[in-house]
Amino acid sequence: MPVAWVLILSSFLFSVGIYGVLARRNAVLVLMSIELMLNAANINFVVFNLLLHSISYIGQVFALFIITIAAAELGVGLAIVILIFRNRSTVSIDEVSLMKW
Amino acid sequence: MDFLAHWGLTLSVFLPIVGAALIAFTPKEQEKTIKFLSLAFTFLPLVVGVLLLRVYHIGMTGMQLETNRSWIPSIGARYHVGIDGISLPLLELTLLVTFLCAIYSLKWLPEPHNPKGFLALMLLLETGMAGTFIALDLVLFFIFWELVLVPMYFMIGLWGGPRREYAAIKFFLYTLFGSVFMLLGFLALYFRASPHTFDVLQLQRIGPSLPSGIQNLIFLGMGIGFAIKVPMWPFHTWLPDAHTEAPTVGSVLLAAILLKMGTYGFLRISIPIMPHAARTYAPLIGALAVIAIVYAALNCLAQTDLKRLIAFSSVGHMGFVMLGIATLTQIGVNAAVFGMVAHGVITGMLFFIAGSIHERYHTREIPQLGGMALRLPILGGLLAFTAIASLGLPGLAGFWGEVLALLSSYNPLSALSSHTFRVYMVAGGIGTVLTAGYLLWMIQRVNLGKVPAQWEGKKLVDVQPLEMVAWAPLLLLTLGLGLFPRLIFDVTTHSVIGLTKLLGG
Amino acid sequence: MRSVAWLIPVFPLLAFFLIVFFGKRMPRKGHEIGILAIAASLVVALGVFFQQIAHSDQVYERSVTWFRFGDGGRFVELGMHIDGLAAVMFVVVCTVSLLVQIYSTEYMRDDVRYTWYYACLSLFTGSMLNLVIANNLIQMLIGWEGVGVASYLLIGHWFEERANSNAGLKAFITTRIGDVGFMFGIFVLFWAAGSFNIAHITSVVASGGVARGTLTWAAILLFCGAIGKSAQVPLQVWLPDAMAGPTPVSALIHAATMVVAGVYLVARMYGVFHASPAALNEVAIIGAITMVMAAGLALVQDDIKKVLAYSTISQLAYMVAALGVGAYTASVFHIWTHAWFKALLFLGAGSVAHAVHSFSMNDMGGLRKQMPTTFKTYVIGSLALAGIFPLAGFWSKDDIINGAYHSARAGSSVGWFVFLAALLTAFLTAAYVARMVALTFYGKPRYDPEHVHPHESPKAMTIPLVFLAFMAIFSGFLGLPGKLNLFAGWVRFGDVEHSFNLALDAFSTVLALSGLYLGWTIFKLHRVNIDLAKSPLAWFYKLLQRRYYFDDLYFNGIVHPVAGPIARAAYWTNQKILDAVINFAGTATVALGRFVYRDIDQQIIDGGVNGLAQGAGAAGNGLKFWQTGNVQIYAAGLFVGIAVFVGVFLIRG
Repeated sequence: MPVAWVLILSSFLFSVGIYGVLARRNAVLVLMSIELMLNAANINFVVFNLLLHSISYIGQVFALFIITIAAAELGVGLAIVILIFRNRSTVSIDEVSLMKW
Repeated sequence: MDFLAHWGLTLSVFLPIVGAALIAFTPKEQEKTIKFLSLAFTFLPLVVGVLLLRVYHIGMTGMQLETNRSWIPSIGARYHVGIDGISLPLLELTLLVTFLCAIYSLKWLPEPHNPKGFLALMLLLETGMAGTFIALDLVLFFIFWELVLVPMYFMIGLWGGPRREYAAIKFFLYTLFGSVFMLLGFLALYFRASPHTFDVLQLQRIGPSLPSGIQNLIFLGMGIGFAIKVPMWPFHTWLPDAHTEAPTVGSVLLAAILLKMGTYGFLRISIPIMPHAARTYAPLIGALAVIAIVYAALNCLAQTDLKRLIAFSSVGHMGFVMLGIATLTQIGVNAAVFGMVAHGVITGMLFFIAGSIHERYHTREIPQLGGMALRLPILGGLLAFTAIASLGLPGLAGFWGEVLALLSSYNPLSALSSHTFRVYMVAGGIGTVLTAGYLLWMIQRVNLGKVPAQWEGKKLVDVQPLEMVAWAPLLLLTLGLGLFPRLIFDVTTHSVIGLTKLLGG
Repeated sequence: MRSVAWLIPVFPLLAFFLIVFFGKRMPRKGHEIGILAIAASLVVALGVFFQQIAHSDQVYERSVTWFRFGDGGRFVELGMHIDGLAAVMFVVVCTVSLLVQIYSTEYMRDDVRYTWYYACLSLFTGSMLNLVIANNLIQMLIGWEGVGVASYLLIGHWFEERANSNAGLKAFITTRIGDVGFMFGIFVLFWAAGSFNIAHITSVVASGGVARGTLTWAAILLFCGAIGKSAQVPLQVWLPDAMAGPTPVSALIHAATMVVAGVYLVARMYGVFHASPAALNEVAIIGAITMVMAAGLALVQDDIKKVLAYSTISQLAYMVAALGVGAYTASVFHIWTHAWFKALLFLGAGSVAHAVHSFSMNDMGGLRKQMPTTFKTYVIGSLALAGIFPLAGFWSKDDIINGAYHSARAGSSVGWFVFLAALLTAFLTAAYVARMVALTFYGKPRYDPEHVHPHESPKAMTIPLVFLAFMAIFSGFLGLPGKLNLFAGWVRFGDVEHSFNLALDAFSTVLALSGLYLGWTIFKLHRVNIDLAKSPLAWFYKLLQRRYYFDDLYFNGIVHPVAGPIARAAYWTNQKILDAVINFAGTATVALGRFVYRDIDQQIIDGGVNGLAQGAGAAGNGLKFWQTGNVQIYAAGLFVGIAVFVGVFLIRG
């Protein structure tokens, strides 16, 4: 299986993620898009580990790390989104510009 | 005794911060407990400080009661503290004045009433101030130095007068601006010294052999930091605002101790480490010092706010201290240390009195006061006594620092131009006349004359017992240091001789 | 006794603290402490005095190290230096102070700050005694400034009135200007001789260890202090204003404790002055100018205390000039005699004012009948001041004139100047004295008899007067001519001075008498119409009448111009020029201060600091709009940034 295919897959996933982060207004969707981007990175890690025949399996280990962190991040992120929804009855990112000057 | 000799200094410096922590964990409502804690944790360090006198050998040159432990090995910073004759009087003054402030705070606390916050900050401040005077490691010194800023910022900013926010920010930023240069100087010393070290005593051996160009540059950088704290002319403008807005206790601590940190920095760090640069800059320092003396006196003549007047007078008195230092002679430096202590005692007292006047009259505008000697004879008498001490009457504390500073500027270090310094001496002499002028004029306007109509029939209470308790030590010291100057000179002289030997004097 | 001489200043200084802390609780409100202390000092002082004159060749010096402020000779002593000069001063200061304090028990009886008054008197006396006993310049400076601050407190004692506190302020500041000179003089001597010790400095100077130029500087700087304290030209302006204080204080200031300090300083440091002819000449010239100016001023005063004040300036100038021409003993002798009669005159004036409630001679007149004791003693004091044989003032004044003459004959032009000035002053002195006595005690009463009922003062006030009158008569006999001159043996610089010149004494006496005569003629016989035929001076009156045309000549040719325009011009100069300069200097300094504060400090220096802060704030204000709060815009920025970086790396390989 040529590397290029895998790379194309991961960069497609990543681009979808970027699109989601930048273009969607719904905070939940934005979080999901971030997951997409992280998974794109995971694919790369795993594949390159295979390709380079690394005995230490660093790529795989990293992928596991990222999955864990992604889970934690999603937990915190969703908690924030829920809190925002409770307070403001909206999850639209446009309307929560709290950090504005 | 052995424990005291090794850990006494540390104990006296860190006990207040323990007190601050305990206060922080005490509920806000238990004001009595909080006040008791603040009293106890300023009294205990004072006791330790007094006990230290028993293990301190007065006739010795060099550092004593040292503690030198590894602290941050990666950058070579050590926990190195110790005292000599120059720092001992300042340390004791710090411990004493803070304790007196704690006594005063038992009854008089500034608005908004919040003893918990205020007293905790005061204790924190004490650790910073006392620590600065014992630190023998530049990193440690810098940390204590900066530790002082925060509590004082909040003291002014939260408990101050109408323009408190402006004054607090000005104080903080101005001093911080100076510390940046100071820190750069410290780092430059560290990297220039071989082996790399932050230890003041080691740097005193290494520093003098640095190239003179480097010395001058580093001295200038540190000098800006210290000069702002002193404050030297023209870096003094934060002081009147800070003093005017600060609550009474803040003003007292600011005048009595904070300003001494600047002059102490010159004596402990700049001059012994970079003697060549000290000789280069001495004429400039002397010039700024006498400008400060005359200039501050002129400004005092124009003041109508009592605290502002005292603040400007501090600038002038610190000018005498800096003039003494600038001569780089035994007499001059000795005079400077004496002047530091005397100014702390006298001006601290003046700020206490100014605070009490404000407490009673709810104004500090001199033109609105008058006839205080008739309405409040004891308070008026104390004001007159302290002001007369401040103008340098022989037999009271203010005299020796001034007269010996002028005496030494007649004959400065042989490497300096005696003609230049004699001009300074004459200018300083004119300054003493002006000083007498504004202080006596202030007494006349506040104390003498008839009682203005607006105070007729108003209830004004004279000095109360608690105030007397808080003030008595300062008043006794004002008289005692004047009559027995050896209380200070016997302690300082040996260390000062050691210091001036480094300068070739 | 000399070994316990240190007790002399200690008693009053201790009394000061005792009175301050316990005075109000004492049955007599503290005056018993003050009087007891000064009486004890007087006892010791007398013991020291008699022991000293028995060993008049020895100087008794003891000291302890007070503190060290460096290594080597850098230390300050506390010590005593007792010689004839100091011993005489002890007696004068203690006696006058004791009398003043006794007198004040009555004079200040109902004062609001009675206890405080006594505390200040003790401080005043103690400081002066400390100045006298000092064996080193620093200790002397302490006494010197202590005297200054005590005088400030006492002159402004009735500080409810602005004028009084102004007077105190003026006294302190004016003398302080001189004090700075004194301080610098001390510095010069310290560095030149290596010590503050007076005996040491004198011996170093005597052995030629100090360069002439340095010595002259030192002497002139020291003399600046004396000019201030002893109210010599150009710093004499404060003394007349100092009359704002209570009268007994004026007596103390003028006779014993304050103004003679300047003369004492020059006498104590005479070794330094003596070695520098230039400095001595300056001293002599200042003295000569001052004595004439002040005597002229005394002629035109309406306030009896101001007459006496100017008279003091003039008499001090005598002492100063005497020191300037080398008549050391004569000068100190004049301190001695002057103290008695000047204290007498002030206390007498106080007694009069006590009776008529005014110090203006326009409110007096004809008081001799109501106040016989005051009157008699006052006249004795006045005649002693005028230098009439055989009263005390005569002997000392003529010693000074003789000394000046001696110096003039030795070829000194300054000596001639002083000599002539002294003669002129002797004449003027007699004239104003006559005027003062005539206006106060003679003539028709000018007070309001409805409200003022003059009466003799109580015993506590008259007894000091009588004692002082006794001294004003007899104290001069210590300085009889020739071998009988005991005083010259006690107090001398180098060899004993024997300067007696019968012709000269006769001449100066004539001058004094004609001065008296003149004053009497003008102020008693012409302006005021009372029956002089019955007065004890009737013969004088007749003589006057026979020489009427002389009077006319005096009047229009000399006296009127002198007493009128010339003296007024001198007074005008004093008030409008010298005084105005001092006042202007004060106002201008305040204005300058205000300008510096408002326009330079607040505008430029502080403005710069504020400008920096505002600049930082403005920059932040401009940049804050980047902070939109929209997470997606931040994220877009992030991705674009990454894209740019990746692009750059790709292109550059």
